[in-house]
Amino acid sequence: MTIAGGYELDHLTALEAESIHIIREVAAEFENPVLLFSGGKDSLLMLHLAQKAFRPAKLPFPVMHVDTGHNFPEVIGFRDRIVAEYGCRLVVASVQESIDNGRVTEVGGPKAPRNLLQTTTLLDAIEDNGFDAIFGGGRRDEEKARAKERVYSFRDDFGQWDPKNQRPELWNLYNGRIRKGEQIRVFPISNWTELDVWQYIAAEQVELPPIYFAHKRPVIRRDNMLYAVSELIEPGEGEEVFESTVRFRTLGDANSTGCVESAADNLEKIVAEIAATRMTERGATRGDDRVSEAAMEDRKKEGYF
Amino acid sequence: MELLRFATAGSVDDGKSTLIGRLLYDSKSIFEDQLEAVESTSEKMGTEYTNLALLTDGLRAEREQGITIDVAYRYFATPKRKFIIADTPGHIQYTRNMVTGASTANVALILLDARKGIVEQSRRHAFLSTLLGIPHLIVCVNKMDLVDWDAEVFEQIKSEFRDFAMKLDAIDIAFIPVSALHGDNVVERSSNMDWYRGSTLLHMLEEVHIASDRNLRDARFPVQYVIRPQSDEFHDYRGYAGTVAGGVMRVGDSVLLLPSGFETTITHIDGADGPISEAFAPMSVTVRLADDLDLSRGDMICRTNNQPAVGQDIDAMVCWMTEQSALQPRRKLAIKHTTRAARAMVSDVKYRLDINSLSRDEDATQLGLNEIGRVSLRTTQPLFYDEYRQNRSTGSFILIDEDSNNTVGAGIILGPSA
Repeated sequence: MTIAGGYELDHLTALEAESIHIIREVAAEFENPVLLFSGGKDSLLMLHLAQKAFRPAKLPFPVMHVDTGHNFPEVIGFRDRIVAEYGCRLVVASVQESIDNGRVTEVGGPKAPRNLLQTTTLLDAIEDNGFDAIFGGGRRDEEKARAKERVYSFRDDFGQWDPKNQRPELWNLYNGRIRKGEQIRVFPISNWTELDVWQYIAAEQVELPPIYFAHKRPVIRRDNMLYAVSELIEPGEGEEVFESTVRFRTLGDANSTGCVESAADNLEKIVAEIAATRMTERGATRGDDRVSEAAMEDRKKEGYF
Repeated sequence: MELLRFATAGSVDDGKSTLIGRLLYDSKSIFEDQLEAVESTSEKMGTEYTNLALLTDGLRAEREQGITIDVAYRYFATPKRKFIIADTPGHIQYTRNMVTGASTANVALILLDARKGIVEQSRRHAFLSTLLGIPHLIVCVNKMDLVDWDAEVFEQIKSEFRDFAMKLDAIDIAFIPVSALHGDNVVERSSNMDWYRGSTLLHMLEEVHIASDRNLRDARFPVQYVIRPQSDEFHDYRGYAGTVAGGVMRVGDSVLLLPSGFETTITHIDGADGPISEAFAPMSVTVRLADDLDLSRGDMICRTNNQPAVGQDIDAMVCWMTEQSALQPRRKLAIKHTTRAARAMVSDVKYRLDINSLSRDEDATQLGLNEIGRVSLRTTQPLFYDEYRQNRSTGSFILIDEDSNNTVGAGIILGPSA
């Protein structure tokens, strides 16, 4: 990143500095932090920033993937390679295992969305590993309940968020004091927008899974969104499979994350596309947020990110 | 592109959320799916026009009650700047939320209803904004449509506000007549108020000069984290990571370490992308020194000829933020100041401020929820601080209740206790 001259910081440098400050603060004050890592762009950005925060030392904490088992196949291989390249320790928390162990019940069969199930897997993994601070790549521009959340989001021993009773958060003084069993979810990129993320990724040449870039694949149209046809998404009655040039704006579960028609096959084109877009990434591609107006707020209260 | 943070405050019916909604809508920062959601909710609630306030009220309780309870952060950008809005509630019962939103703002937006003029709440907002060191106030006189776009009304309010502002440490105040509902002078110039020659709100936000608001004189570097790779390649690497809290630090500078008092020289500054020759606030960097000296988290690097105050007896304006208990003499609390954690005991409550009239109640013996007063503290360890007016980073602290672990107070340092 560059400095604008005259002791001014360009907005991406200012955001980068703020994020690094938060990441270092957590490393200094908590015993056992972990960084959530899905292989999606926000978590890759997080890993990139975290690595900058401690250079030339290695990351002083592991990364964790909450694996719903409903991944895009390209993403898992990518995840493993990146984690190896950064030389960090990977913890995998598996939703399938939670199902097999009877911790959660699958409603609607193995192909139904597992977004709600992953909260239990996440909370179990946090407890089993004794994590006290959990970095997430959530941003306040993503969703209106997130817009209200602190950078240090206190969660009680059930992992629950209480939106009406959040700790005041002033200046860059973060309160990381917790009792045993409680946790802080930390959102270092709270103040980034989707466009900031893409501008930064383009400027820093952060490597992303290929499905973020425009490519041809068979899709169906469902609820006004395009879904990639796969083992998890098969055409229903009256749904027609057609080939389209698409890319993914977010990476969630393969069966609840839609793609968008796009010709953007490199980072510069994606930045231009995002700058001109009139739909938010969640509105455009996330079936899971469409359940109700307070869907995200309700999931967060239960312990979701 | 420069980043500008601004805070707004307002309460039910004064049009604050509508103004923000308008700013986002007219600057094309609202996405179609967000607008559709707002339109459908407006319809459900039976309002006549699309209620732009719904864009900012993110919690279920807020939408149900039609009020803003907590700070919400909003983002938009124009080709000139990127903006972060801290949208805060204006009612006195949410003073702590307002203080939170204002703590990092470069600009405060104060909203008045043209029909009502300056009310208690506007005085409080202006006072809190200046107390928190926000250098620029923009006063929007809203609902001009309801006073027939009358220049007299605007001028009258402006002159009254100026009289009141004499009592504040107010720095830079601008006034704009607007109608948030209709969009006049928010993004587009008003055709209803030809008599107003000044900027629109958006234009003012794009142009206000903020670069010199930071302290670039007094070099302050609170050590946040010590980086020691302990690898073969970087066997002797020892870097002090942190965020520059003031001034400019350069390679070759002779520096003083606190609390040890040792002097040494900066040999390297590692920025996010590698070695740099100088660093300034608020950059996050790693500093390396010529000598291996005792220096760890909570300590400070400064210049030999420019040091912060060092002390354990400190006077501060404190905003108390909990209803669970009061701030009283002899109360013990955890304090976090820069990267330093210590304990503090309240040695005296000197006065409580009436934040509406600005009068001091010197008989007060405690501070309750949302109350602000001058307090003397004694800390278990010395703090390395500056007056808040000189430096918002080294001049601020938070107080934490040691039982509940809640953040219960926000402090603005005035100086050593007399």
